[in-house]
Amino acid sequence: MDVPDDLRYTPDHEWVRLDGEEGVVGITAYAADELGDIVFVELPAAGSRLETGAAFGAIESVKTASDLFAPLAGEVVAVNDALTSQPELINSDPYGDGWMLRVKVDDAADAERLEDAAAYRTRIGAA
Amino acid sequence: MRAEGHGPADEVAAEVGPLLRTALHGRHVALGAKLVGFGGWEMPLQYAGIIEEHHAVRQRAGLFDLSHMGEVWVSGPGADAGLAYALVTDPARLAVGRAHYSMLCTPDGGIIDDLIVYRVAEERFLVVPNASNAPLVADELRVRLDGFDAALDDASSRTSLVAIQGPEARAILGALTDVDLASLRYYAIAEGHAASVPAFVARTGYTGEDGFELFVERDEAGTAWDALLAAGAARGLVPAGLGARDTLRLEAGMALYGNELDRDTTPMEAALDRLVKFEKGGFVGREALERAAEAGPRKRLVGLAMRGRGIARHGYPVHRPAEPAACGVVTSGTLSPTLGEAIAMAYVPMTESEPGTMLEVGIRATRVAAEVVALPFYKRGAPA
Repeated sequence: MDVPDDLRYTPDHEWVRLDGEEGVVGITAYAADELGDIVFVELPAAGSRLETGAAFGAIESVKTASDLFAPLAGEVVAVNDALTSQPELINSDPYGDGWMLRVKVDDAADAERLEDAAAYRTRIGAA
Repeated sequence: MRAEGHGPADEVAAEVGPLLRTALHGRHVALGAKLVGFGGWEMPLQYAGIIEEHHAVRQRAGLFDLSHMGEVWVSGPGADAGLAYALVTDPARLAVGRAHYSMLCTPDGGIIDDLIVYRVAEERFLVVPNASNAPLVADELRVRLDGFDAALDDASSRTSLVAIQGPEARAILGALTDVDLASLRYYAIAEGHAASVPAFVARTGYTGEDGFELFVERDEAGTAWDALLAAGAARGLVPAGLGARDTLRLEAGMALYGNELDRDTTPMEAALDRLVKFEKGGFVGREALERAAEAGPRKRLVGLAMRGRGIARHGYPVHRPAEPAACGVVTSGTLSPTLGEAIAMAYVPMTESEPGTMLEVGIRATRVAAEVVALPFYKRGAPA
């Protein structure tokens, strides 16, 4: 299962890729695989606030609905609108075209509290 | 990402204790299936993916392991009268070789289980209950058959059930069976051989497509499964799991026990009034169901087509527009792979049950418009 080294991870299977003051957020390949065919994503609008650990949206497969949790606090600056019509991008490319939000993070140092790739691999038994 | 507190996923998570495995378990693992607990069994949820398997069944054919289902034989000169007393339908009126959909109800008229009854001989019936209810149905039937000249044999643990469903099912199975499929009508059953093993071949299913269900000895299920999968590959047959089975039955407007049906629900409320045969005489639940039929149902099962963006799921509240209190509840919902839109079934008050009625479903923090529509959502075309 693909777990890129340059990302940080939550215990709930979201990832964040930091780039200066901004972070890109999505869900992991493991999560996408567990969900199965993803058919619906509900994301906040640009300008919304994210609070660490709080639900920011929802993702649904054919079978189930799940809440999405913010890895970091900040302001949403961009949303991947392609997911509205093509939610399956999360299955096919969870770390690329399946990205969800671009966030201006309050404090990039908060990312240190998230799991690194090695810790996340251990969590999902992919070590 | 964390699953919401709704829906079949909960039931899966709540499964405790060792799960039973079907004779085909090793094959599912080898095929790369994702396995889940269902009705006390470890079953394939999906192989390649629910949507792909769903389309395969609608367009070509899918092969299902349904060995978790129960098989209860009722035999003897009093089998027909005994079953007519035990169930809401009248199996005594079934011709030999035919089957019908039926229900076992409590004396209060609540549904203990929904099941198929096949009459395989004048004095021999096969009753097929749901996996989780199979021991309960066998026990309850045993009690109700007391006093009738009938013997009960719960063959669930030594019987496997393999279903082949979809427009290509007849062509694939036809090459592998001595049963004349052309003369085997819908809801009919015949004894013979299938995929080189002895089998009861029934033209029944739970997908809304033409298809067949094969009851075979547990030891021979693997042989039948392998032969069907190999012979069907050229016609696009793929293994299909319980995930696709659920989306297929929902599109076909078929009820699932535990979602649409339970002990707090009567057949009338489930819009299955037609099953209850009052004219046959006495049966368990008769008085309560007569009262229910006279008073009219408190709630009614309806189809919902979502008109706003969102997917209704099991347990979500249903509201009249702009009313704060819920008037009903969603029993099943998904994004229909065939229709490409969100569909659901729900219990609503009789007054809101007419097609065309606009309602709202509470989805997380919002309300999403939904229209009551006639069931089923999907009906197959006439065979070519």
